Amino acid sequence: MTLVLDPRQLAAIRRHGEAAYPAEACGLIGGAVEGDRKVALQLVPLANQRTDSARNRYLIDPTSFRRAQERLDRDGLEVIGVYHSHPDHPPAPSAFDRDHAWPWLSYVIVGVGAGHAADLKSWVLADDRGVFDEESITIEERKAVWQ
Amino acid sequence: MAVTILIPTPLRPYVGGRDALELEGGSVGELLEQLAGEHAGLKRHLFADDGRLRSFVNVYVNDRDIRQLAQRETPVKAGDTVSIIPSIAGGATAVGVGAQHAAPLLSHEEILRYSRHLILPDVGVEGQKKLKAARVLLVGAGGLGSPAALYLAAAGVGTLGIVDFDVVDKTNLQRQVLHGTSTVGMPKLESAKQRIHDLNPNVRVETFETRLTAENALDIMRDFDIVADGTDNFPTRYLVNDACVLLDKPNVYGSIFRFEGQASVFHARQGPCYRCLYSEPPPPGLVPSCAEGGVLGVLPGIIGSIQAMETIKLILGVGEPLIGRLVLFDALKLQFRELKLEKDPDCPVCGTHPTVTELIDYEAFCGIGAEPSYDGAEITAQDLRTEWDRSPDLLVIDVREPHEYEIAHIDGAVLIPLSELPTRLGELDGHREIVTHCHHGARSLKALEILKAAGFSKVRSLRGGIDAWAVNVDPGIPRY
Repeated sequence: MTLVLDPRQLAAIRRHGEAAYPAEACGLIGGAVEGDRKVALQLVPLANQRTDSARNRYLIDPTSFRRAQERLDRDGLEVIGVYHSHPDHPPAPSAFDRDHAWPWLSYVIVGVGAGHAADLKSWVLADDRGVFDEESITIEERKAVWQ
Repeated sequence: MAVTILIPTPLRPYVGGRDALELEGGSVGELLEQLAGEHAGLKRHLFADDGRLRSFVNVYVNDRDIRQLAQRETPVKAGDTVSIIPSIAGGATAVGVGAQHAAPLLSHEEILRYSRHLILPDVGVEGQKKLKAARVLLVGAGGLGSPAALYLAAAGVGTLGIVDFDVVDKTNLQRQVLHGTSTVGMPKLESAKQRIHDLNPNVRVETFETRLTAENALDIMRDFDIVADGTDNFPTRYLVNDACVLLDKPNVYGSIFRFEGQASVFHARQGPCYRCLYSEPPPPGLVPSCAEGGVLGVLPGIIGSIQAMETIKLILGVGEPLIGRLVLFDALKLQFRELKLEKDPDCPVCGTHPTVTELIDYEAFCGIGAEPSYDGAEITAQDLRTEWDRSPDLLVIDVREPHEYEIAHIDGAVLIPLSELPTRLGELDGHREIVTHCHHGARSLKALEILKAAGFSKVRSLRGGIDAWAVNVDPGIPRY
């Protein structure tokens, strides 16, 4: 599978990461599956609910997940991924990310160094939960995207 | 008809791409095991190696989280909808720049100290870290606050805030086990800090040496996760309640009187608040305080421990919190009873159209105005001694209860308990000077008012009661 993102969504994820710095930003990615492509159609930025250590942890609780899912549902979309930022860390999943990961979802991570968004990568949990595999990102401009 | 199970997108590849399944079963646990049994790939994503549901897997029966019901034992019936809802967590590794804000790690000392928690499946390392990250505010370091502070500190709650402005008094020691003989005369906060640090030096104690008021309550309480109310008076209790509602914090409530106690958890987001239960305070003076009414020392130990237990359950997210329930404890019968509490839609603070949207004047709300002036109506112990010696005709009336009279009494005083006074006025000679006395000088003022209203003019009240007499006139009388 490849994750298909619009350049504007890419920019929005980076902006969110910079705005939340030094805390972690997080959000859900709504979209649709077309063959072997997961096409992102709507970003749902969410408040990081980890106030105790927001610099290196993020949390989207079931209530917000449910609410976002219901909203996407009305547009005929589903949750295809999650994005979050790693302030002053590379965009590679941590062991903590892996321990808490769901299968199939795309985990997009943007590294934010000293307040500036840098690399962005997408990862998918291996079926045996042992590792995160990097997933290819296809950047495609679409005529209309939900913002 | 079967139970419908809604499958979130990440798990759909394991169930043939479907978003819902129909299964038969009597409990959530049965359904989940059946689900994992039929779809092998699902198991490792739902359950950890030890067989427990993974922490980020949330299960709802219809609209309710099973953590608030009976966990995996939650019963289901045909027609119910069971939803598996992800919570999503993650983050950068804890090394490097963010390390100082990392989720707390446990030192070797802490692992040893908390080993009986760590081997409990419902606590474990994760739960112990939650306790360490938690911030709990205790309002009052007295009878209820003592056991609560001790058990919360022992359990490893990372930060304990304490609000109190009192000094340790010897009469506190019969129940306030946080303090000791060596700390009599010391501010309670200082005494509490010493004891807590001796018990568990890992606990950070934040002290607020002040009376909690409408002006400072929000600022003090804002930074805490949970508030445990151990106050002994109604204005503060309503203040704590209202501030908790406004700040959306759970209020772990306890109160005691003589041989009876009650406890509940008020969290307006999920259930009723204190005002839903008691919309109005009792008239001032109706409910005596511990100092006036007495209290069995073990009782606050039991109720304060319930508060500590509920606080820990809230932090860990285990079990069924005491939300929407009021536990009544009767020590003499050794009986626990439970009342269901409903949220009052017309509640002035947490109802649908709240009229209290900021903190108010709680003294006024509880009918406690400025003390009436008793200028000239009171007499000091020394003056009474002198006058009594000069005119032995002076009548001293002890308005305390007979069992108090047994503890200590002033020779020559006549015992007429306050409750009997209105019917025993006929025994009194209106021509004699009268001085009323009680334990500390409050009830004797009530007696004075009764006598004045009945036409007795030459009446005064002993300021400071028999306690002042024992201190200033007759050291041979024990203080109590």
